[in-house]
Amino acid sequence: MIALLQRELLLAARHPADTLAAVLFFLLVTALFPFGVGPAPDALARLAPGALTAAALLAALLPLDRLFGAEAEDGSLDQLLLSGLSGMQIAGAKAAAHWLTTAGPLLLAVPVAGAMLNLPVEAWPVAMLALGLATLFLSLLGTMAAALTLGARRGGVLLPLLVLPLAIPAVIFGAAAIEAAAGSVSPRPFLLLLGALVAAALPLAPLAAGAALRAE
Amino acid sequence: MLEANNIAVLRGDRVIFAGLRLSVSPGEAVVLIGANGAGKSTLLRCLAGLVRLEEGSILWQGEEALADRAAHAARLRYLAHADALKPGLSAAENLRFWARCWGGDPGAALEAVGLAPLAELPARMLSAGQRRRLALARLALSPCPLWLLDEPSVGLDAASLERLGTLLRRHRAGGGMVVAATHVPLPLDRAREFRMAVAA
Repeated sequence: MIALLQRELLLAARHPADTLAAVLFFLLVTALFPFGVGPAPDALARLAPGALTAAALLAALLPLDRLFGAEAEDGSLDQLLLSGLSGMQIAGAKAAAHWLTTAGPLLLAVPVAGAMLNLPVEAWPVAMLALGLATLFLSLLGTMAAALTLGARRGGVLLPLLVLPLAIPAVIFGAAAIEAAAGSVSPRPFLLLLGALVAAALPLAPLAAGAALRAE
Repeated sequence: MLEANNIAVLRGDRVIFAGLRLSVSPGEAVVLIGANGAGKSTLLRCLAGLVRLEEGSILWQGEEALADRAAHAARLRYLAHADALKPGLSAAENLRFWARCWGGDPGAALEAVGLAPLAELPARMLSAGQRRRLALARLALSPCPLWLLDEPSVGLDAASLERLGTLLRRHRAGGGMVVAATHVPLPLDRAREFRMAVAA
């Protein structure tokens, strides 16, 4: 499983364009808001928590449809299923790799996006933590959806339709945590709720994804 | 000993094959012959446990092989149509990952297929025949009782065919079994032919 994770990270390092695309998408979406709602600092700060969370989740969604698609096309998936790893382990390694290679760089871009949306500097660390948890939840859900839609025609369209409704709790609690931190209230309860979402998805999503890969 | 006992496979409503019986004993090689669409590749995937059987069973030493999928996977190597290579990784890096799953020495395996001088080249720079040889190198990694080969000789030149013959001979001399689908003669001596017809 560690070997698979290392291979995924090596591949991501060889193809940095995929990672960069998600980060640029995140920055561009957040940059659109000041154009849309006008540059009034109050309006932007009011909007920032929700906009950051939604943009981060959408950006993390981008590389998901290739998560298993590329493996299935070049025959690697069959070999992986015969490699001695269980379906759950394959899915777990894939989810971890997706989070590290997509969400990691995304979190580094949070201060830039936060500054564009006039998010108070005190709220930046909480924003990074909340988005880190929210994207981890999305990576787990997304891995499950990617395994389920593998082989389906128009799987790339189906995947966001499956994942985004399930990601609503992460948007609510993520945005609430950032908003609390910006308003100098403790974001702790919201972060704990996000943690609970992740804790629930951590065993369940790879289990479902593994079963879906086997059924292919 | 590997046995396929009365197996049937459906794809959608179409019967790919039904009532198929096949047995392979240690050291034996079975060559699957049949027209396109006769189900040769599907049979190989069945034996690997990658396709759901509609009926029948696959037995290993007389016991249900697919009851423990991990154990079944550990005793076979499957060479598919697709070479399962990552174009961004070098030949050695591609092989090193599989060596970590299955054990074995990537350097020696590359040597066995004559790719040692190209070890550091990214897989996307390799020609079709060289990519096939790199996929074959997975077989040479570590000993394994059962090889399932889907047209192993596609794209290979004469020298590589000879190396494939050496690999196959060594595998069978050690009691290994081979099931291979092919349209052209393979470097296999004393191979048993198994003919498959397209289902109506």
